[in-house]
Amino acid sequence: MLNAVPISYYLVLSAILFGLGVIAFVFKRNIITIFMAIELMLNAVNLAFVAFARAWNALDGLVFVFFVIVVAAAEAAVGLAIVITIVHNRQTLNVERVNVLKF
Amino acid sequence: MFLLQHLWIILALPLAGAAINGLLGKNWSKSIVNSVAIGSVALSFLAAAETVREFLQLPADQIPYVGTYFSWISSGSFQVDFALQVDQLTVVMLMVVTFVGMLIHIYSTGYMAHEGGYYRFFSYLNLFMFFMLTLVLGANLIVMFVGWEGVGLCSYLLIGFWFLKKSAADAGKKAFITTRIGDFGFTVGILMVFYTLKSVDFQTIFKNLGILQPSEAVLTTICILLFTGAIGKSAQLPLYVWLPDAMEGPTPVSALIHAATMVTAGVYMVARLNPLFSRAPGAMLLVAIVGAVTAFYSATIGICQTDIKKVLAYSTVSQLGYMFLACGVGAYAAGIFHLMTHAFFKGLLFLAAGSVIHAMGGEQDMLKMGGLRKKIPVTYWTMLIATLAIAGIPGFAGFFSKDAILEAAKSASEGNPTIFVLWLLGIFGAAITSFYMFRLIFLTFFGKPRYDEHKVHVHESPASMTVPLGILAFLSIFGGWFAAPKLLGGMDHFTNFLQPVFTAYAPAATSTAMAGSASAEATGGGMELLHALLGWPVIVAVLGFALAWWLYIQSPETPKKIAKSLGGLYTLVFNKYYVDEIYGFLIVRPLLWISTNVLWHTIDEGIIDGTLHGVARAARESGGQLRGLQSGNARSYAAWVVIGAVGFTVLLFVLWTRVVQ
Repeated sequence: MLNAVPISYYLVLSAILFGLGVIAFVFKRNIITIFMAIELMLNAVNLAFVAFARAWNALDGLVFVFFVIVVAAAEAAVGLAIVITIVHNRQTLNVERVNVLKF
Repeated sequence: MFLLQHLWIILALPLAGAAINGLLGKNWSKSIVNSVAIGSVALSFLAAAETVREFLQLPADQIPYVGTYFSWISSGSFQVDFALQVDQLTVVMLMVVTFVGMLIHIYSTGYMAHEGGYYRFFSYLNLFMFFMLTLVLGANLIVMFVGWEGVGLCSYLLIGFWFLKKSAADAGKKAFITTRIGDFGFTVGILMVFYTLKSVDFQTIFKNLGILQPSEAVLTTICILLFTGAIGKSAQLPLYVWLPDAMEGPTPVSALIHAATMVTAGVYMVARLNPLFSRAPGAMLLVAIVGAVTAFYSATIGICQTDIKKVLAYSTVSQLGYMFLACGVGAYAAGIFHLMTHAFFKGLLFLAAGSVIHAMGGEQDMLKMGGLRKKIPVTYWTMLIATLAIAGIPGFAGFFSKDAILEAAKSASEGNPTIFVLWLLGIFGAAITSFYMFRLIFLTFFGKPRYDEHKVHVHESPASMTVPLGILAFLSIFGGWFAAPKLLGGMDHFTNFLQPVFTAYAPAATSTAMAGSASAEATGGGMELLHALLGWPVIVAVLGFALAWWLYIQSPETPKKIAKSLGGLYTLVFNKYYVDEIYGFLIVRPLLWISTNVLWHTIDEGIIDGTLHGVARAARESGGQLRGLQSGNARSYAAWVVIGAVGFTVLLFVLWTRVVQ
């Protein structure tokens, strides 16, 4: 092959993306933004899996990527349904205002 | 041989009576309750009589006859069977307990006729008979102890029969707790017996004394411990305080339990264990000292009492002291003899006192009686006979037994000044006994009536009460005549009959001494009689009578003058030497303080409840802290998720590197 991109580049990128996703997940107030952060984290992980699958010529990683994509899709569907209900009831997308389920 | 093989029948009959009356008697008529109760005791008496008849036909090598019925405790080397035995001592005790018991049951039908809880009374009385017979028939220390504790229980139940009356309930508690103190020593003594002599069975213990030969120090300790049980149960110093209070119970109870039978259990125990005591002279001396001192001390208290039953109670304590004096100087047969005659005359005294109380409509204070002689003649004459007996006037039963005890003490005091002092105490005690007993007679039956004759209708008691009085009066005269031939140079039948019990396992020295004294007594004939009639016991008895006559018949104002002039001393004796108050201050109050402050507040409320509440509080507060996690704040949940994920990753990394190494 030509000079392939070393795998470490992909992994660093994946880590950076995952870290950005975590920060957004913890510090953002908009529910939709938090969901986007979750998707970002999942995709970062997908990248890592594909990189390894390519590097080792193994199909296992690619299969797992399929699983992650399916889960992400299902979770997005359900989650967005919940968000719509929250907006319907509380008229807000601020996660700090959704704090009724407590002691 | 039937009853000897089935000795348990004697026990089962009163127990059945107690169970039937107790469980079913509540709604029965009095006559049915009577027949069950008296019937069971009468049958028990007949069974006992038949047992005696069979026993008298036994050859000497089969005595004592032991019947083992089932193996009760089987724990390694500690084997206890439910076994009953019959020997000469048992015969005497059986006859006394069942016969006097039967008479008192009959008496009670008259005395308790107007009382509530009739069936309960007879149930308890029958239960008492069961336990007393267990005590007497037991062939080992544990069965005897079952009877011992059982009679204590029945005593508590019967003293507190009128349990709604606070003083009666308190008296029942006092009796039980005081005897418990003695029972503790008794239990430790039994344990020591088992440890030292490897058994609790009487025959085995006695055999092992010769084989194992424990040291005198060990035997003395054992005997002193066992004797503390007797001190409690037989109301000697210092544990006598429950007996006067026990007069709260109905008079038949006082007669049966606190005069004739239960309190004599201590004397029986010492006599039964005579092989142990004979090998422990220190313990025997203690027994004699406690007995003599109690006899004298209690008699002095009896001088000033005004309640007719209390006088008799202190008299009982005093006479029990004589029995222990006898056992302490080795004259076990004399002690048992006095036990028997005492059952007759003291039982009679109590029953007659009950008759007086019944005639006076419940009055027990002698100062409010007087002049009853002509109005209740049967009661008067029987009570007079009993008084003559207890004072030791020649011809009556008490004379023979008391004389025997004091003679034995006198001969044991040769060369032994301590025992001489004890003999002196016995003589003085006899004088005082005669005095206060005749004082009782004179105050109650002589003089002018000191009560309102219109309010109190004095009437003689019904036949159910007077017939037992008559029978006991007969026995108070002739019941001591077993020993009479001795005075005429013949044999003392009673002592001879009991001789095998007290010589079978006696240490070598005493058996020859006793045999020697027996032969010495056999000579003398008429001199013996004169010697007895002019002996100190008789002289002081007559002196006591004379003093009582002077103080209460001739010049009735003198007692008050004497009381005034003696001032402080009189107050001291009148208040029973303040012993109850002293015990209350020294023992009861600190115990109550400890119970309230230490056991209740500190341990029960503080530690146990505190632990319980503390655990609950810990759970509650930790829960309170933990629920702070559920704040409803989704962002904090998100933060926790991230922290958890990071932590988990680090953990995996650490484990992975470790595995790689």
